[in-house]
Amino acid sequence: MASTRSIRVENLVKEYTAGKPVLNDISFTVSGKASVAIIGPSGTGKSTLIRCVNKLIPPTAGNVYVSDENITELSGKALRQARRKIGMVFQEFNLVERLSVMENVLSGRLGYVSPWRAWLRKYPQQDIDRAFELLESIGLIDFFRQRADSLSGGQRQRVGIARAIMQEPHVLLADEPTSSLDPKTSVEIMELLVALSEERGIPLIINIHDVELAKRFTSRVIGLSKGGIVYDGSPSALTNEHLKEIYGGEDWLQ
Amino acid sequence: MSAAVSQKYGPPFKTNWWVRAGWTLAFLYALYAANYLDVSWVRFIQGLGNGGQFLSEMVPIDFSRWKLLVENLIETIEIAIIASAFGVFFSLPIGLLAARNLMPSWVTWVFRTFIALCRSFHPVIFAILFVKAVGFGPLAGILTLIFASIGFIGKLFAEAIEEISLKPIEALRASGAPFISVILYGVLPQVLNRFIGFSSYQFDANLRNSTMVGIVGAGGIGGTLFAAFQRFDYDFLATILISIIALVMVSEFISVQIKKVFQ
Repeated sequence: MASTRSIRVENLVKEYTAGKPVLNDISFTVSGKASVAIIGPSGTGKSTLIRCVNKLIPPTAGNVYVSDENITELSGKALRQARRKIGMVFQEFNLVERLSVMENVLSGRLGYVSPWRAWLRKYPQQDIDRAFELLESIGLIDFFRQRADSLSGGQRQRVGIARAIMQEPHVLLADEPTSSLDPKTSVEIMELLVALSEERGIPLIINIHDVELAKRFTSRVIGLSKGGIVYDGSPSALTNEHLKEIYGGEDWLQ
Repeated sequence: MSAAVSQKYGPPFKTNWWVRAGWTLAFLYALYAANYLDVSWVRFIQGLGNGGQFLSEMVPIDFSRWKLLVENLIETIEIAIIASAFGVFFSLPIGLLAARNLMPSWVTWVFRTFIALCRSFHPVIFAILFVKAVGFGPLAGILTLIFASIGFIGKLFAEAIEEISLKPIEALRASGAPFISVILYGVLPQVLNRFIGFSSYQFDANLRNSTMVGIVGAGGIGGTLFAAFQRFDYDFLATILISIIALVMVSEFISVQIKKVFQ
């Protein structure tokens, strides 16, 4: 099916210093409603991987295709337009604190709206309608006029997710979306991400530290270690042996 | 027993002999410089007497030339407002282009140099230059204060931008927003209220400086002030000084109100 939203990473390599790859020959494909957790120790290149997808960090070699469009070879305006298809959710939410919730949600449309109209807040009516609907569905409709810095962590992350969904993305990248949140809120945020992905058929890729959370919510786990994929399979098949290989050591597993 | 512990480790705080030597040297130099420049107690006491004489000649203040005073005040305010408006207007892009976290270094280098040039001269020196260039009158004063404003706001604005959080910027770039939109949504909201603060502070400064540029002939009340001084017209001088104080206080009040609006 040509219309299925997908992401394909092919032989991706990233070296910050030549000869020392942070990511070495990473390949995987995700399409449709799938949600994938990327786990691995700190500093193993999870964040780099996710930022190589939308070329916030340019990869050294390899290709990334989002719905069959090669992102890696794009630059300038073409890259900006391609980035609209890639929604991103961040560990520390990355909202504009001094703008309202509504403005933050609508900033997901900045790639489609001219700067002049964005400045005057003259967004197309359908964008505004969608923003209201999204805020209703994530339970933040009462806050839409409030400034983003008046919200709690969980609420802010919801706004961050709504902003990404406003882009009508073909893939949703989440970089440690729960690491700044308490356990209960973390579960709620994971539920929301997975639900949105399934509802809209958007492939979801989540960098995550919490292995249990990953196993509970995602349909596939990719284990990174020392820049390479050491596990790629279903969460249920992920054993302590695999975790040992991914994180090293075993005392912490007790 | 506790004494034994203290003996074991020695004094709890480190004595910094370099700092002590530094303070001693600074004090000695101040004494030497005061002596060299003939700053003495005798002269200070004499000066107090002269000052008292001067003050007594100021009262009663002379309001008979209020028309001239009001004309001059209006010109002073006009210089300050026009210079502030243009100064702020130019500082925005210049400050942005000088911010090292958003611009490539060859761009910031050019604009940082320009800002440094604007800051390198006191407004009086600029005023003298512009009086030579465009002749006596308020235009020279306006140009002077525009450059002073760019030097001040441009630098502070660039620094404010360099301190912003880059996290929202990353998010906006990731969503494919064009550069201008990133500035409008990611940068400006973070620096706007500081920018308003700098601008109103600079307007204050411009108002005070516009009373001064007149002394070298660049328009405003300073010219009249200087003339009153030279003619020993101390009662009129007092009127001018009081009206300048009133002017600065009113502008202070207004700028506080403006800042409240933009909280």
